Parts: sequence; structure tokens; C-alpha cells
Amino acid sequence: MKCARHQKVWGRVGGPVAGVFILLAGVLLAGSQCSAASGPAIPSIFKPESTPADSIYSLSVLVLAITGLIFVIVFGLILYAVIKFRRRSDDGPEPPQVYGSNQIEIAWTVIPVLIVLVLFMATARVIHAIQDARKPDGAIEVTVIGHQFWWEIRYPELGVVTANELHVPVSDTSHPTPTFLKLLSADTDHSFWVPRLAGKTDLIPNRVNNMWIDPHETGVYVGQCAQYCGMQHAKMLLRVYVDSREQFEQWVQEEKKSAQSSDSVGEGRRIFETTPCINCHTVSGTVADGRFGPDLTHLMSRDTIASGAAENTPENLKAWIQDPDSVKPGSLMPAMKLNDHDLDALTAYLETLR
Amino acid sequence: MASETIALSVVNHGARPIGDRLHEWVVTVDHKKLGILYILYALMFLVIGGIEATIMRIQLIVPHNHFVSPEVFNRMFTMHGTTMIFFVVMPFLFGFANYLVPLMIGARDMAFPRLNAFSFWLMALGGFLLYFSFVGGNGLYGAGNAPDVGWWAYAPLTSRAFSPGHSTDYWTLALLVSGFGSIGTAINIIATILCLRCPGMTLGKMPLLAWLNLVMAGMVILAVSPLTAAQMMLSIDRYLGGHFFDTQAGGSATIWMHFFWIFGHPEVYVLVIPAFAFASEIIPVFSRKPIFGYPVMVAATVCIGFVSMSVWAHHMFTIGMNSYANSFFAITTMAVGVPTGIKIFNWIGTMWGGKIEFKTPMLFCIGFLFQFLIAGLTGIMLGTAPFDWQLGGSYFVVAHFHYMIVGGILFALFGAFYYWFPKITGRMLNETLGKLHFWLLLIGFHLTFDVMHIPGLLGMPRRIYTYEPGRGWEVWNLIVTIGTFIQGIAMLLFVANLIFSYWKGLKAGNDPWDAWTLEWSVSSPPPEYNFPRIPVVKSRRPLWDIKHPEDPDWKYE
Repeated sequence: MKCARHQKVWGRVGGPVAGVFILLAGVLLAGSQCSAASGPAIPSIFKPESTPADSIYSLSVLVLAITGLIFVIVFGLILYAVIKFRRRSDDGPEPPQVYGSNQIEIAWTVIPVLIVLVLFMATARVIHAIQDARKPDGAIEVTVIGHQFWWEIRYPELGVVTANELHVPVSDTSHPTPTFLKLLSADTDHSFWVPRLAGKTDLIPNRVNNMWIDPHETGVYVGQCAQYCGMQHAKMLLRVYVDSREQFEQWVQEEKKSAQSSDSVGEGRRIFETTPCINCHTVSGTVADGRFGPDLTHLMSRDTIASGAAENTPENLKAWIQDPDSVKPGSLMPAMKLNDHDLDALTAYLETLR
Repeated sequence: MASETIALSVVNHGARPIGDRLHEWVVTVDHKKLGILYILYALMFLVIGGIEATIMRIQLIVPHNHFVSPEVFNRMFTMHGTTMIFFVVMPFLFGFANYLVPLMIGARDMAFPRLNAFSFWLMALGGFLLYFSFVGGNGLYGAGNAPDVGWWAYAPLTSRAFSPGHSTDYWTLALLVSGFGSIGTAINIIATILCLRCPGMTLGKMPLLAWLNLVMAGMVILAVSPLTAAQMMLSIDRYLGGHFFDTQAGGSATIWMHFFWIFGHPEVYVLVIPAFAFASEIIPVFSRKPIFGYPVMVAATVCIGFVSMSVWAHHMFTIGMNSYANSFFAITTMAVGVPTGIKIFNWIGTMWGGKIEFKTPMLFCIGFLFQFLIAGLTGIMLGTAPFDWQLGGSYFVVAHFHYMIVGGILFALFGAFYYWFPKITGRMLNETLGKLHFWLLLIGFHLTFDVMHIPGLLGMPRRIYTYEPGRGWEVWNLIVTIGTFIQGIAMLLFVANLIFSYWKGLKAGNDPWDAWTLEWSVSSPPPEYNFPRIPVVKSRRPLWDIKHPEDPDWKYE
């Protein structure tokens, strides 16, 4: 009969199908580890470099092990049932009509409840360890204020104001110098996510949130806004520079200084200070004290502009000033519509803001 | 019982003009026609939602792509999510519930036929309002088009300051209007099940599909109300000077989140429980055994209904709730996995010792079982709050819920299509096309949604119209997009099968699957009055009792 042949085909297919899925699972697992290993700029949650991310990683290993085991067992049962209990060519009578079994039901209720209890205890421990951590005396305090579509970064105790690129000192266990961040928002919801350093915490207007990181290794860690905040959510990028203690001190000293003046860029400075630029931007030591846009006092100390959307080069700076929509369409900075001469002079001035 | 019909003294339907026949569909209050209207409506939006998804995936196939602008992309993910949840999956499920519940409990129609029709047309109006935004979204300020605030429309992004024009208002109104329709249908389902069961069918003897739709309906009433309230508060904020969510004036962004997710989480159970219902009817028939553990399945579903009302803030683990709140929602989220797991075990127990026939409905239900297992496990991962602090808001979550909705719910829905299409139309869907549909969809689905977990693990957030190269996301996004096209072909095959089989499919007869519930006792399609005589039942499987008088269920249940 035709249907008999069909049944045999599907039975034979069962094994290879299972094999394909196991292979796929293997590829996925390898893939996630592979990509993580091959580049430092890859923000993999499985390459933690800070205690909150470490704790999450450890928890995730437990969770993956438990869920993996459950998967193997249950999928094994499904596969076994589908192969062993398929209708064979005998057209025979209906199989025994079994309605249920109380003992089995109890067993497969009690075991999952126990698993949930174990998982919950491990989870609650990590929640408290991360959220209720005490701030030690050597902690650096940073306030991050989310804007559409950039990050305002202030170090209140150090007197430093910058944007988009967060500098923190590396922290070692013998002399911990974690960075505690206070998260605020000036407009819509945002979320601070640098996967290798910590889980994400949201920046919500009219609310104060807190998080902390204590990076173990120097380097640059990338992240980005993780809560949809409008048109350019995708380009609200984040860079965290973990410096050695000395580098960090040096950076702080540089950032605290006001803008250095130079007569050679006097014309550019005049253009800056007599156009709407100063309504939004601050250059400390000058009349520019706007707060709507990033602080530009040390613009040239940053690797990127437009919150990571472009590299900080003179060409990109010019393109950004002339028409921000060409770099990041929908960003809130208006096109300044300067003539070429003014634009060159202005850019030359900005290039001196180290 | 099966061959009796009542002669209807009306003009031969085939000879009536097309205008009359269309009019009949517009004014119908018959649960079967309304069910079909719901299903056709959902099918149309499934295709539209699929196009929206494809547009997004093409944009994301390489980094810094320029296929669509950020404005269009942001509208696409908003519309895709809103469409799929409110105007595809919900109408599909309400459609099947409408069609099947009266038939399966031996009733002639739903308890409130006119409310039924009203609810359908409200939902239809909602869909129309949402899509009218593409045309009419330009408000006084000339800004806005289709809504682009995400399907959760978090405040204060939805305030007039950040969303000028009327695009957000179309979103609000569409959901407000269709929400009333949902509540109407839910009331109808509850009243029908509680009041119109045929003699002998106690609550403990009705098909699991009826039980699960009863629980679903109860959850709809509880869950949709907060959403409706939130929509009203948002409109008051936007137009009547309210400040509920206006953070600039002391309002709260998080209160919107609570209102939304108190709706949003039970909503996803509203979506999945009818899928469980399909599996609970189809798996027994194709395993040739009754469902394993019927009372436990009922208890587990009711348990899910209650516990799932307590988990909503697992969507808010990152907003800065204190550690006690986070711990509470973590344990409730894990707890809801227990009754859910029990159901999976019971489906396996149903197949165990059976004689499984791999017809297309069963293939889809096995796919459902496998994929629902995985989706449930990634859900447990997300429920461990600190892990969610990494995975939440990333492509891991997107992969998880698509695994649930496409891999779980849509697969079960396709199973339902292949299983009940013969009853609805009198013809079988083509089995070869059906198997091709299943395997192609399986391959495309896994290519897309298995791989999609990886960018999430590597730090890729969701709702971004483009991404940076060099973060290790490129190859995975490419594979995900390729899988999308394979799934698209599978869907087209399905639509072709529907159209071809409606005209040329094999005649089905009353009971093509040798099944056991009451709908298989009437003709295919059923007469307008369903049953010439209201049936009297003695067990959960009345047709089994008739076919096996020597070994009836009521002796053993």
C-alpha cells in the first residue's frame, strides 16, 4: 500500500533529521564562542571582563547546563516516541487506550519544581550580589544622562564633563576602584549596555537608576543603547575606555582643563561663538555654555563623533556640521548651513579643542 | 446521527446573484461564517506582516545597508509586531474558536451571535485604522505616517513632544477598538461553553479545545482591560492635557510599562493556549490514543492562566526595580514553566505507545512540540533575571518569542488548518503540497530563528535599522535573512494549496481522519444549523464510543 511505504520513509528520515538539528546546535554553540574569541571588539556576553558580567556568565553556565539537560532528555523522548511508535505497515487494531497515570504526573511535577527551586536560589543570589553591592570608598562616580541620541557623561566629584566615550580606571581585586554609574534621562527611555562589562540598565526619565562595573583588563569595550528611543536609536553607540590608573589620572587632568585658546583659529572661534552653536554646546572657559548637545571642550580627545556614528576626522566633522542628517538622519542637531570658508575656519577651531 | 439533515426551504444558494451572496457574508451572525471571516482576515494580514518582516531582514542583511531609511524601518518593526499579534494570531485563534467551539460542544451557535458579528467587525475596523495610518498619519504638523514607536509604544516616546502628528493615535485607536472586539468574543466563548454544552457533556467531558479556549477567554477579559485603560490614558495625555506618562511634568514612564505588560504577558498566553488546544486535539487522533492525563491538562492550563498573571515584570527586569521585585518576578516566571512542562510531557505521553500517522497535521504538531520545548527553555533562561540583563532587549529575545509564535503557535495553527480545512470546506488540502510546506517551513524557520539567537549573545540589540561592522554580527544576519526567503516560499506554497484545494481538493466526507469529537459527526461543511438533533454524550470521545461499542470510553474514564 502506498501509505505503508510513506511510513517507512519518514521513519528512516527521523535519524538524519535529528542529526541535522544536533549539528545545527553544535554550529550555533561553536559560532557564538568562535566569533567571541576572534576579536576584542566583539561584545560577547560570554567574554566578561568585569564582576557583574562575570556573575551573570557563571549563572548562565548553570542555566544553560540545566536547560540543556532538560532539552536532551525531552527531545530524546520525543524522538524515541516518534520513531518507535510510528504506525507500521500492519493496519492493525487501535493501540491500547491509556488515559493517564497519576504516579507519572506526580513525578514530572515534583522534579521540575525542584529544578525551579535550585535555579531560583542561584538566580536570587546573583541578583542581590549585583544590585545590592556596597559602593567601596575608592569608587569612581559617574552620572550618565541619556539623550536622543547621545550620552552625556559627568564625573561630579572630579569636575569632568564629556560625552559618548566613558573613561574608567581598571580595577584590581586587591585595590578595587569600581565605577558606579547613576543613570538618568533627559527625554525618552534608553539603556546602557556594554555586554562585556555588565548587564544592561535602563535610563528612564524622571527616575534614577544605578549600576556598577569593575573592569579587570584595560582596553576598549563597545556597546550601544538597548532601549528603542527614536529614529537614531541604532547609532547611539557606546565606548568604554578602561585605562590603567595612571592613564586615567592623566585623562582626568586633561579633561578638567578649560579650552586652550589660540589666535590662529580666532576666526573659527568667532564663528562658533556668534552662531547658534553655543545654544547647544559648551566649551568651558568661553561663552559657549549650552546643555542640549555634547560638551565640546575636549572634542578632539574622542575617537568618534555623533555618539560613535562616525570617526572623529576633519572630513567627518565638516560633513556632520554641514548636514548631520548625512551621517545620522534624524539626529537633533540642525544643519548649520555655513559657507565653505566659514566651515573650514570653524573646523580648524574645533580641531584645537584637545 | 451523521446522515440526517433537515431540508431547508430556501432558494438554491448556487443560483443567487453574487451581490446577495456577499451581502450574506457581511450581515452573517453564523459562528461558522464569522470564523471563516476571521481566518481570511488574518491570512491577509499574515502576508502583509510577512512583507514587513522581509523588508526589515533585507535592510539588515549587511551592516550600514540603505535598502530603507531609518524612518521606514522603525515603522516596519512597529507595524509588523502590532499586525502579527493583534491582526494575525488573535483573529486566527478567535476564528478557529468561533468555528469549532459550538460544533465541539454540540451547540447550534455561540451564545450571542450578534455580539459575535459585532466583535469581528470591531476587530476588522481596528486593522483598517492601523493601516490607514500609512495614508492618513500626517497630522496637523505634517509629521508622522505609520506609527514608529514599537509595538509596546513606551512612554514618553509616544508623547506629542516626541511623536508629533497622528501616527501614534492610529496605533492607540486601532488597539482600543479591536480590544473591545476581543472582549466581546471572550464573553461569547465563556457564555457558550458554560451554558450551551449538549446533554451529558459536563465540564469534565468537554474536549480540551473547549477547556483551553475557556481559559484563554478568561485571560482576555483580565488582560485587555489594562491595555484599553492605558490607551485612554495615553490619549488623554496627548490631547486633553493629561500627564500620566509625561515625565517632563512629573508623570511616570514606568507606569505605562506596568500597564502594558500586565496586558502583554497574559496576552502571549492568550496566543499560545489555543495553540495548545490544537495540539491537544490533533496529537491524540494521529497517535490513535486519547490525550494522556486529561484532568492534569485541564489543571495545568488553569494553573498557567493564574500564574501567568503574576509574571509581567519579567519584561521589565532592566528598568531598575529593586532586587526583591526582580527576585519575585524571576520565581513566578520559572514557576509558570512547571505546568507548561507538564503539558509537554503529557503530549509525549499521548504519542507513547500509539500508532503515529505522519499526516501533515501531525507533522506540524510534532514541529510545534519540538519548537515549543526549545522556546520554553530559552524563556527559562530569560526568566533568570541577571541573564536577562544581558539577553533582554537583544536579538536573543527576538529569537525566543519568534520561536514561540512562529515555531510554536504558527506551526500548531498550520496543523489546525490541515486538520479542519476538510471540515470547513468539504475538501482535503493536498497532502504532497502540505508536506512540502512543512519541510520548507521547518528548514527556513530553523535557519532564521536558531541562528538569530547568536547576534543577541554577541551584543546586538533589537529595533536597530542598521548595525556596526566588526562586532561579529554580519554572517549571522545574512543567514537569518536567507531563511526568511525560504519561509516566504513555504507560505506561498500554503496559500497556493488553500486556493487549489478549495476548488480541486479530494472530497473529504464527514470524518476523513477517523477522529472522535462531535464536529466529525456532521457533514463537511456542516449544515447551517450544525446538528439536526442536539447530541447526547457519555464520554470525552463520543465518536469513539459509537465506533467502538464494545470498548466505550465511558467505561474507563
